[in-house]
Amino acid sequence: MEILNLEGTEDTPKIIFDKSNGIFEISGRSLPEDSAEFYKPVLEWIANYAKEPNASTEFTFKLEYFNTSSSKLILDVLSALENIKGMKIEWYYHEEDEDMEEAGKEFSELVEIPFNYTTH
Amino acid sequence: MKFIYDLHQTMVSHNVILIYEGDFTHETTKSILTMAERNLESSGEESGIKKKIFNVMVEALQNIVKHSDEAKEGESVHHAAIFLIGHEQSQYSIMSGNPIRKENIPGLQKALERINSLDKDGLKELYKEIIKNSTLSEKGGAGLGFVDMARKSGEKLEWSFVEMDEELSFFCLKVNIARSKE
Repeated sequence: MEILNLEGTEDTPKIIFDKSNGIFEISGRSLPEDSAEFYKPVLEWIANYAKEPNASTEFTFKLEYFNTSSSKLILDVLSALENIKGMKIEWYYHEEDEDMEEAGKEFSELVEIPFNYTTH
Repeated sequence: MKFIYDLHQTMVSHNVILIYEGDFTHETTKSILTMAERNLESSGEESGIKKKIFNVMVEALQNIVKHSDEAKEGESVHHAAIFLIGHEQSQYSIMSGNPIRKENIPGLQKALERINSLDKDGLKELYKEIIKNSTLSEKGGAGLGFVDMARKSGEKLEWSFVEMDEELSFFCLKVNIARSKE
């Protein structure tokens, strides 16, 4: 499967999805002008991956900041991951960032996927 | 040219540290954020507070951009809106002002009143409800930005509508963020 590799910018996150090496990570900032447009290829990649996923998947979110329109798309990403067997979310947040910790907990209440929290 | 001095005095007396007036696009939003971020970097403010300020700024600015087409045709390019940051001893204030069509006031007023009637847990539930149920095509995202600003601020939102003409009013919003207690 093709690797999805998007360089992060000042308003979009860095994304690496690499099935063969088992790397699935969204990191950095997400405040694009058009969130739906930005996350479209991301959601498409996940939909393809869901057809033939690895036996287990550790999906990492290491977000520094995201805006409210991205939050809906992040929920869409999580919903797309929800139906993949062996899915686990690694939610990273800066140790002083209570809001990002809280955001992870809220997302975990909206989908049926186990979340693990790590500070960095 | 006394107005320059007057403007300066107004800013000083209202503790305004940054002001931008004019056309708002995603590009100007990014520039304002970069500038404010640099100012905050050098302010020595606690990182959690800086993050909250940044957060509220993004939502306020993106709100202006999203609704910038409500200004009148022809006038929309210039003087469409205003954005300010205030810095007082105990708090920062993120302030914005932009024209909105009068018929949109009741809906906005209702959304803001609802937000202000809720406590921390109520806001959390409202936030979850909106991201679960709204689609992105809904312009304004059903007030999600305001809910987020209220949550990050931890204080009540302040707003007012100032009449401009028969079609438009100027929507003024103030969001306060308490500084960390030493």
